Amino acid sequence: MSNIPVELKYAKSHEWARVNDDGSVTVGISDTAQDQLGDMVFVEVPEVGQTVTAAEACAVVESVKAASDVYAPVSGEIVEVNEDLADSPETVNNDAYGEGWIFRMEPSAAGELEALMDADAYEAFLAAESH
Amino acid sequence: MPFIPHSESDVRDMLAAIGSRSIEDLFDEIPASLRMGKLSGVPEGLIEQDIARLMMQRAEADGRPLCFMGAGSYDHHIPAAVWEITTRGEFYSAYTPYQAEASQGTLQLIYEYQTMMAALTGLDVSNASLYDGASGLAEAVLMAVRANRKSKSRRILVPTTVHPHYRQTTHTIVNNQQIELVELPYCPQGGNTLAEALKQYEGEDIAALVIQHPNFFGILEEVDMLTDWAHAQGALVIGVANPVSMALLKPPGAWGANGADIACGDGQPLGVPMMGGGPYFGYMCCKQEFVRQMPGRIVGRTIDRDDRVGYTLTLQAREQHIRRSKATSNICTNQGLLVTAATIHMSLLGAEGLKRVAQACHANTRKLVAALTVSECVKPLFNRPYFHEAALRFSLPLDNVLRPLHAQNILPGYALAQEYPELGDTLLVCATEMRSDADIALYADHLGRVIKTQTAAGCPVKPKMA
Repeated sequence: MSNIPVELKYAKSHEWARVNDDGSVTVGISDTAQDQLGDMVFVEVPEVGQTVTAAEACAVVESVKAASDVYAPVSGEIVEVNEDLADSPETVNNDAYGEGWIFRMEPSAAGELEALMDADAYEAFLAAESH
Repeated sequence: MPFIPHSESDVRDMLAAIGSRSIEDLFDEIPASLRMGKLSGVPEGLIEQDIARLMMQRAEADGRPLCFMGAGSYDHHIPAAVWEITTRGEFYSAYTPYQAEASQGTLQLIYEYQTMMAALTGLDVSNASLYDGASGLAEAVLMAVRANRKSKSRRILVPTTVHPHYRQTTHTIVNNQQIELVELPYCPQGGNTLAEALKQYEGEDIAALVIQHPNFFGILEEVDMLTDWAHAQGALVIGVANPVSMALLKPPGAWGANGADIACGDGQPLGVPMMGGGPYFGYMCCKQEFVRQMPGRIVGRTIDRDDRVGYTLTLQAREQHIRRSKATSNICTNQGLLVTAATIHMSLLGAEGLKRVAQACHANTRKLVAALTVSECVKPLFNRPYFHEAALRFSLPLDNVLRPLHAQNILPGYALAQEYPELGDTLLVCATEMRSDADIALYADHLGRVIKTQTAAGCPVKPKMA
């Protein structure tokens, strides 16, 4: 069964979002997403300082099978990116919800977070998608 | 006998299998108004004997003029072995070798080609080629816009010393992609791009600067100054260079403090004959950090599970057969056969041989310029160093000079006013290693005679009365 931590929010495009204590949001791709993509070979992270709107493509994860866009789950400014992925993209496979985070952002629009799915909804969404 | 692999019964069987009555049915989706129907102006087919005769006549109509024209396509010696080997059955395909297990020879050849081009340009990686130099520049511009993530402007500075056809092709390809090409003027005395031309863009958001070196006029650009200026502005540098020139001049990867980021150009001088303008091939190389933004095929070397060396297409995830509309480029092929010829050509010449070709071309062009400027009516157009190719100014109407030279079966050069009207009676000339001293003397003699006829006092050429 997929690993879907309950404390995170999820987007339909398979990103997860963690709200940190300082209000910033850390973003990565879900365990299901990394599993479907297969072995990661490259992660293209956004630029720090870049402003993005919700559902805008701002990073790329490239596996041996495909290169896929990673979409911003909410609007805001990119404040930190995971530079370690340049040398070890496989971290996304090994620790999708931890060391495999991709970028951290300062959300600009309240309410967008609420529109994301919780763990139960994401699990139901995955179940529906696989049929 | 039709050279079509499917017999009528094959076609019938296939149609039956998918439940269609005719091939025509398969195109039902396309509205009738969008179909061409019968093509007008296309004559009926000819038998082989007739087509051979027609092609022979057309070829003879071109003549075999003594060529002193370059302007992007160069008459070099091609060792007989190059096309003898290239056209062997094992190599004779332009098609992309997707199936690595059946294409190791072709893949290894492309890998060797990439290695040679990376060494020649002084950059880290090469792709497996593009269509030609002009579309190569367009792809380089698109690539620079993708790769320069600090720049939001989609603005590219393009000196007018870049080959006019390259600029036109690039405009056609990028024009509708919200990319702005800003032309930079050249120095009327030096024929190069000056720092003054860049001044007004200082501090502005520029995605890339294009530098052709030697430029279209054959003039050496101040590549170090231009490259460092661009990098200081946060712009990438796209170097356009004749591959032969790189055997002698500083290659793009060594320009300025950090080198050009992308190099591209036409590979024709490497074993491809001047054949009616093509097919030629474009090359493209870049720094390692931009490899994921590079368009086209890339072949990599790897090992199989038994530790044996093997070759395969790599970095395909960014290409259109995987990424569809989000691919780095819609280029999905390369000029495989011409690359095969170029690889064999470079292998036969070696680094030293290619350098000698470059030296011989330059020495011959210097001799040609000296021989043609003996006349008071012909002077070098620019006062800066050139390589391999030079622009000359005539103090009499150029057309009147060219016509009699054509009649002597001499291709005297490229009239620059076609693309640079402000330059008037000027001619871009070039003498490759193929031109002998006698060839150069013949051109100079004919030119001397033509000039004498045109300028002899009291002997103006008057139109005959009807």
